[in-house]
Amino acid sequence: MINVHAGLPEFEYVKPGTMAEASRFLVDHVGEARLFTGGTDTFVRMRDGFWKEKYLVDVKHLQGMRTIRFDPEKGLTLGAAVNMNEVIASAEVNAHYPLLAEAAQTVASYQLRNRATIAGNICNASPAGDTLGACLVYNASLYVHGVDGLRDELLRTFFCGPGKTVLHVGDIVTELNFPIPPQGARGKYIKLGRNVISDLAIVGITVLGFPDADVPSGFRYRIALASVAPTPLVVEAAGGLLEEKAASAETIEAAAQLVMEACSPIDDVRGSARYRKLMVRNLTRRALTQVASDLAASGEAH
Amino acid sequence: MSNHKINVTVNGEVEVVEVPANMTLLRMLREKLALTGTKNGCSAGECGACTVILNGEPVNSCMVLAVECDGASVMTIEGLSKDGQLHALQQAVIDQGAVQCGFCTPGVLMSAYALLQRNAKPTDEEIREALVGNLCRCTGYNRIVEAVKQAADQPETVAA
Repeated sequence: MINVHAGLPEFEYVKPGTMAEASRFLVDHVGEARLFTGGTDTFVRMRDGFWKEKYLVDVKHLQGMRTIRFDPEKGLTLGAAVNMNEVIASAEVNAHYPLLAEAAQTVASYQLRNRATIAGNICNASPAGDTLGACLVYNASLYVHGVDGLRDELLRTFFCGPGKTVLHVGDIVTELNFPIPPQGARGKYIKLGRNVISDLAIVGITVLGFPDADVPSGFRYRIALASVAPTPLVVEAAGGLLEEKAASAETIEAAAQLVMEACSPIDDVRGSARYRKLMVRNLTRRALTQVASDLAASGEAH
Repeated sequence: MSNHKINVTVNGEVEVVEVPANMTLLRMLREKLALTGTKNGCSAGECGACTVILNGEPVNSCMVLAVECDGASVMTIEGLSKDGQLHALQQAVIDQGAVQCGFCTPGVLMSAYALLQRNAKPTDEEIREALVGNLCRCTGYNRIVEAVKQAADQPETVAA
């Protein structure tokens, strides 16, 4: 039985002056120190006894961590401590990366979104993370400060399992980078929760489609799934099918079937594996139909 | 565990408080400053009973460390009324019968206050969306929505 009034266990709060100092501290205290940004997962897991770190390391104040920057050639940079509401309110995010704002809007409540961060969502590596699909279809990469220097990590190869990523001890994600999205892109995020708003996803489907004259159908699609595999999942095969054949009802049905076959959900308190699989097929069909229709409409508008 | 001395402005008053690292903003308000209007419900960022305004934005104070608030400005339910006069939102929840047990009310009022700061004329849907993180087991929410609308109709609410 969890005692909600027990409060947080004892730990030390560490606020390093530089990234290098923060990385060094994490290396010097392996297994004892943890980074946190919004704390919306960290505090709950510590209170419930799942995480027992002796040190919580706060890097939110360091340079660049709270910055949103858009460059018309390079794309979008989100500092790792930018919170969800800041993403939702950003004119540049809404203009160029609307799926990010749409997905962030489905996370918990307004108060929580003032603390929760997309970088935290990513580094927690929960397969249910609401914003991960949008980050994946926009081909995000992470800028990582490690003890051996700086490097980029592609989000597509970042997740290793539930709660597991390619990050090493001492690594700190400082920025998320998103290239300029393909011209004419249209997207859709469909989240199935136990209620309409604020719950975790039973199934989350993110679709981004865009014109590409180099493929037979004239359109490419990126499809990412949440909550239906040990990691967030990108289903390349379905995208491949839609590149070959125009997005008719039959092709979309076949693509949705491929997506369903690619996922490997589990039974849990939010839904059974069988239910999830069927919902993946139905919601993928719905999302693809919507995006294909939006692409067709925007094509006619030109 | 170390203690940290922090400077924090609470309801306009500068406070110097010594807090242990694991003390949440919620516990600091209740246990160090005796501001018990802010309630402890779930301690997990779910119920919203502990909602306060931190640097102009509503947060779950159970999900913020007190030590993170060094240099910050906090507004609690105790800061809503001025000179013994209820804020229009407080008067509205009374007028509309939007309070039953009252446990959620301080958090609801903080969320509603923040909503009206950023959106002076919210629709029903915007009010409901802004209050998603404030659970009420008594009222069924309709009267709370009516109360926020009543307060929004009063020009002094936003300026207050």
